[in-house]
Amino acid sequence: MNTRIVEIWVGIFIAAGSAALFMLAMKVSNLATYTDDEGYVVTAKFEDASGLKVRSPVAMAGVRLGRVTDIKFDNQSLEAVVTMRIESQYNTLPKDTSASIYTAGLLGEKYVGLEPGGDEASLQNGDRIKLTQSSMVLEKLIGQFVSKFLNEDSSDKK
Amino acid sequence: MLNLLQEMGKRGLGVFERLGRGCILFYNIIMGLHTLIPRFGLVVYQVYSVGVLSLIIIVVSGLFVGMVLGLQGYNTLVDFGAEESLGIVVALALVRELGPVVTALLFAGRAGSALTAEIGLMKATEQLSAMEMMAIDPIRRVMAPRFLAGFIAMPLLAAIFSAVGVIGGYFVAVGLVGVDEGAFWSQMQDAVDLYDDIYNGVIKSVVFGVVVTWIAIFEGSDAIPTSEGVSRATTRTVVHSALAVLGLDFVLTALMFGEI
Amino acid sequence: MTDDILVKTRDLCFKRGERVIFDGVDIDIRRGSVTGIMGPSGTGKTTLLRLIGGQLFPDQGTVHVDGENVHELNHGQLYQLRQRMGMLFQNGALLTDLNVYDNVAFPLREHTNLSESLIHKLVLMKLEAVGLRGARDLMPTELSGGMARRVALARAIALDPMMIMYDEPFTGQDPISMGVLVRLIRLLNDALGLTSIIVSHDIQETLSIADEIYLLSGGKVVARGSTDELNASKSEWAQQFLKGQPDGPVPFHYSAVDYADDLLNGHPGRAQSRV
Repeated sequence: MNTRIVEIWVGIFIAAGSAALFMLAMKVSNLATYTDDEGYVVTAKFEDASGLKVRSPVAMAGVRLGRVTDIKFDNQSLEAVVTMRIESQYNTLPKDTSASIYTAGLLGEKYVGLEPGGDEASLQNGDRIKLTQSSMVLEKLIGQFVSKFLNEDSSDKK
Repeated sequence: MLNLLQEMGKRGLGVFERLGRGCILFYNIIMGLHTLIPRFGLVVYQVYSVGVLSLIIIVVSGLFVGMVLGLQGYNTLVDFGAEESLGIVVALALVRELGPVVTALLFAGRAGSALTAEIGLMKATEQLSAMEMMAIDPIRRVMAPRFLAGFIAMPLLAAIFSAVGVIGGYFVAVGLVGVDEGAFWSQMQDAVDLYDDIYNGVIKSVVFGVVVTWIAIFEGSDAIPTSEGVSRATTRTVVHSALAVLGLDFVLTALMFGEI
Repeated sequence: MTDDILVKTRDLCFKRGERVIFDGVDIDIRRGSVTGIMGPSGTGKTTLLRLIGGQLFPDQGTVHVDGENVHELNHGQLYQLRQRMGMLFQNGALLTDLNVYDNVAFPLREHTNLSESLIHKLVLMKLEAVGLRGARDLMPTELSGGMARRVALARAIALDPMMIMYDEPFTGQDPISMGVLVRLIRLLNDALGLTSIIVSHDIQETLSIADEIYLLSGGKVVARGSTDELNASKSEWAQQFLKGQPDGPVPFHYSAVDYADDLLNGHPGRAQSRV
C-alpha cells in the first residue's frame, strides 16, 4: 500500500470523524445556544419548583435569556431557591421583574418565565427576584380555578 | 463429581490467569506508548487499517439504523400526535446508546478480529519472536501502535455512525413521513444536551474502543500459535468484546444517566 | 575480548511442565567457530537457542554470553545484548507486510538513525552477500523457503552481530538451496568474524561445516568434539545417530506395555477423529 494514499485516507477519516463530532455538537445538541460562563446571576425563591431542572430555560416574552444553573432548598423559608444565569446582553431587565414557572405546552418541560416590571433600575449580578409564582401543578391549578370562581361569585352578590 | 469440581477449578484458575496476563499486557502497552511519540507514522498506518477500513460498514449501518429509528419512532409517536419529537428519539437513541454500542460491536467484528488474526499469525510464524531477537520489543513496535489506533479510531467511528444515523433519521422523518423540518431540528437541539448526552456518548465510545482493542490484541498475542489456535482466538475476540461492550454499557449508563 | 568462550552454559536445567528438557547441560562455544548442536527431534535444541537469547528462563543453571549472565540482565541490557546476536528462525520469520528490502532494512531503521541513502547501501550490501540483491522488491510470500531463509540471514547480519544462531537452517530444503546455505553459513562466519551456532539434525550438512559438535539426548550432552572425533567415537548412541540406524540405544518403539498384553487386555480405542 502506497504510504501517501494511506496518509490521505487517514486524513479524510480524521476529518470526517471530527466533522461528525462537530455536527453532533452544533446541529444535534444545544451547544449553539450555550453560553455558560457569560452573563450575570440572579436568584428567585419559589414555593414550588417541581419539574424545573438545572439547565431549564429562562425566558422573557418567549425569548430565551438564560438558563437555570442551580436549584436548592432553603432551610429557613422552606422554599426552593432557583439560581439562574442571564446572558450579559440582556442587562436592562427592571429590578421588579417577576418570575414564574411555566410549562411549555400542556405536558412539555418546565421553564422560568420572566415578566418585566416598571422599575428604572435594572437587575444586577446577585440580585434576588422578589415576585415569584410557583410551578403550575395541575391539581393546584384546578383548585385555584375553582376558588377564584367562588370568590367572584361572592363578590358579585355584595 | 470430583472430576467436575476439578475441571471447574482448573477453568476458573485459567480465567484468572488469562485476566492477569491481559492486565500485564495492558500495562506494558501503556508503558510503551511514549515510544510512539517520535514515530507517529506507525500509528497513522494502523489508524488506516482499523479506522478507514471500517468506515464503509459503519456508514452503511449508521444510515440504516437511523432510518429504522425514524420509521419505528414515527409509528409510535404518531399515536400521541407527538411526531414532532421524532428528532429527539432518533438523536438520543443514537448519541447515547446505539452510536457507541453498535459501533463497538461492528468494530469488534471488523477491526478487532482482523487485529487478533494479524497478531496471532505473526506469533504463529515466529515474527514476534524474531522481533524480540532483533532487540525490538513487539509490544512497543506492533501492539502499542495498534492499541493507540483503536483508541483514536473508535470515538471517531462512533461519531460518524451517530451523525450519519441522524441524517438517515432526517431523511425518513422529513422526506418520507413529512415531519416539519424546523421542528425536527429544534426539538432535537432542545432535548439533546452537549454534556449529558454527547460527551457521555463520546466517553462511552472511548472506553469501548480501549476495551475492544485491548481484547483483540491480547487474544492475538495469547493465541496458540497454530492456524486452529488463531481462528479460535479470533472467535473469542468477537464474543468477548461483545459481552464486554454490552456489560460495560450497562455500568456506564448507570453511572452517567442513572442519577443513583 | 580476553575470554575465548563466547557462550557458556553451566548446569542448565529446563522443564516444560513435567517434561524435563535439559538436565544439566554444559556447553562452551568458542569465538569465531561454527558449532553444531545436534540431536533427535524433541530434544529441545530450539529451546536451547531461546535460552541463550533470553526468551526463556532456565529452572536452574546459568547462560553467559560474552561474559554477561543473560538471565540477570534487565530489559534494557538484554535488548542491548540482543542487538549483537542474530537469529535465523526455521522459516525465516520475515515480516509478511514488508518486502525483502524493507525486511532487511527493518533492524537498521529500528536501531540506528542512519540516513535512508546509507541504509540503502547497507541493505544492498547484505542482500548481495546472500545473493538476493535482485529480489529486493519481492514480498515474503513470493519467495521460496530457501530464499526466505537467505533473506532472513541478510536481516540477521544487518546489524553486524557478533554471533548468529541458526534454528534448523537445512530442514525441508532441496539439495541446491541446502548447498547454498551451507556455503553461506561458513562463508559469512569467516568473512565477518562471526560465531555461529547451528541447531540441526541434518547430519552431513552440519558435520561438513562445524568446527565442533555437541550431541544432545535425553536432556544431556552425550558427545562432543570435532567431526573426526565424533566419527571415531565409541559411544553407541553417537554411532546410531550419525549413521541413522533405526534401532539401537534409541529404541524403535516408543515405550509401551508388552505387545502381547496390550493385544489381549487392552481396551478398544475410541474414535478420536472429529474432522
